[in-house]
Amino acid sequence: MSESVPTTSFLERTIQRRSFFRVAGATAAASTLVLAGCVGSDDDNDETGPSVSTLRFTKDDLGVLNYAYLLEHLEAAFYQKVVDAFPSDFTADDRAAFVDLRDHEVIHREFLRYALGTNAFDNVVPIAFDFTSFNLTTRAGVYAAAQLLEDVGVGAYNGAGKLLTAPAYLKLVGKIASVESRHAAFVRDQAQPGSFAAADVVENTGTLAGLDTVKTPTQVAELIAKYVQATLIVTDLPTL
Amino acid sequence: MNFFHILSEIEKTDPEVFERFDSRREVFKHLTGFGKKLTAATLPMAMGAIFNKAYGQTSSAPSVFDVLNFALKLEYLEATFYNLGLAGDGTVGTGAASTTVSASQTVLRNQFSETNRNALLKIRTDENNHVNFLRAAITQAGGTPIAAPAVSQFDFTGGKGNNAGPFAGVFSSAAVFLAVAQSLEDTGVRAYKGGAPYLASNKDVLTAALNIHSVEARHASRLRTMRRGGPLNNEASKTAAGSNPSTSPKSWISGQDGGGAAPTYTAPIYGAGQAPSYTPAGITFPAEDNVTQGGVNLQTTLASLNFPAAAFSEAFDEPLPVPTVITIAQTFTITGSTFF
Repeated sequence: MSESVPTTSFLERTIQRRSFFRVAGATAAASTLVLAGCVGSDDDNDETGPSVSTLRFTKDDLGVLNYAYLLEHLEAAFYQKVVDAFPSDFTADDRAAFVDLRDHEVIHREFLRYALGTNAFDNVVPIAFDFTSFNLTTRAGVYAAAQLLEDVGVGAYNGAGKLLTAPAYLKLVGKIASVESRHAAFVRDQAQPGSFAAADVVENTGTLAGLDTVKTPTQVAELIAKYVQATLIVTDLPTL
Repeated sequence: MNFFHILSEIEKTDPEVFERFDSRREVFKHLTGFGKKLTAATLPMAMGAIFNKAYGQTSSAPSVFDVLNFALKLEYLEATFYNLGLAGDGTVGTGAASTTVSASQTVLRNQFSETNRNALLKIRTDENNHVNFLRAAITQAGGTPIAAPAVSQFDFTGGKGNNAGPFAGVFSSAAVFLAVAQSLEDTGVRAYKGGAPYLASNKDVLTAALNIHSVEARHASRLRTMRRGGPLNNEASKTAAGSNPSTSPKSWISGQDGGGAAPTYTAPIYGAGQAPSYTPAGITFPAEDNVTQGGVNLQTTLASLNFPAAAFSEAFDEPLPVPTVITIAQTFTITGSTFF
């Protein structure tokens, strides 16, 4: 079972991209001169099962933004799937919260799709997701899945900030990152009241006590591999 | 990478780009200010920081140390608040994790369910840890951390020293305590977001700041959950937000949240910031109800999604600049205090 996501953005029909880069500033403009954000390709093996593609993220800001875009794609697809078929033990309040969460992640995805424009990876390769390993028929299962995805998102954004060179991109990613952290705390509290900043995500001891989780693109790729129907190559992303 | 080719390309859209680099040596001095050598290998990554400086240096953009010490001041504010309310005498810093609980602190603690009380104690621990981390980070990098202020510098009732301000009862009423706590945490999230771009020249420091930033957001989310669910509710997160965001907020900021927990005093926490003169071109500080990102009004552009208007503001938190944060923080210092 997989969720295909339409690849044509209605955004591209209705807005002009230049205003974004005017705001994004000099470094963004410089980036667009020489860079392509992400390279995708189809593996035309034609073997059984869904077609698998390869996503290779490039060593530049657009590669990092595509990496964020993939994460937002994943979260949006997950929440949309839950909203399309709520578990039977979801309360009205659970449903309202998940509609909010779905809205936020879809907006993040569409914003990044717009910012990336022709560099968005799914202009080349459609992306599909596989959530069959989650139990999405119970409230507990849904919140456990949401916690996993949100925690990955927080760690990913915390690790990605330093990989960006353009201050305008850093600022925009920061605006999204804290919303993901609010989500993570909320869904963690739903799964286990009081676990919003538990020791598995916020260090309690040592020199990093009080700090949140950092995940490298390699760690994130491993964690989300089974949900993304594509081979993720993140080793080209900037490293520091 | 042809650096000067890039500059000439930028010149097409920004004719002043070369003028901005007139004091280029100053730019490179800033870059190395945190003990990180600028080598050929790091040049591509440093370029963003160069542009940041070039576009932000016109008056006195904060240095990495400036940003860290300002963050430290906010952490002193937060840690002192939780220490005064929950345990110890308010003192912050090494050894601040006092477990001595006074009679009045017991009264406050007993107004919370066990889960909520433990959540507050976790937040207290995190904030004291943030103080310790920032002090160590500044020292390790060769700077001097600002000393902890005397507890008497603060008046968390907002009374400027008379301890009878609009938040009177802050340490005796769970509702008031949570209102101030949410206000402090939401301010912290916006402040770190505003400071992050000035840390781009030091990747380790930037990453650490982002990690504290996300912890503050977790705290804010939890405190908002507790405010709408009630302090005695062990499963507060199962309560949906009410119609009044001031008294029953979502876990994320929606619009301007009706001005926050006490709108007369907390509205600036959710309002627009005044950009200092050194702010890089294109960086603005809109209010939390902003729906325009990257120059695009998302609410109108994505209208076909049929999402409620609030969703477009909720999906993004906004930064605040230092001067606005100072004004907010001074709500809780005494008259004559020069700490902020």
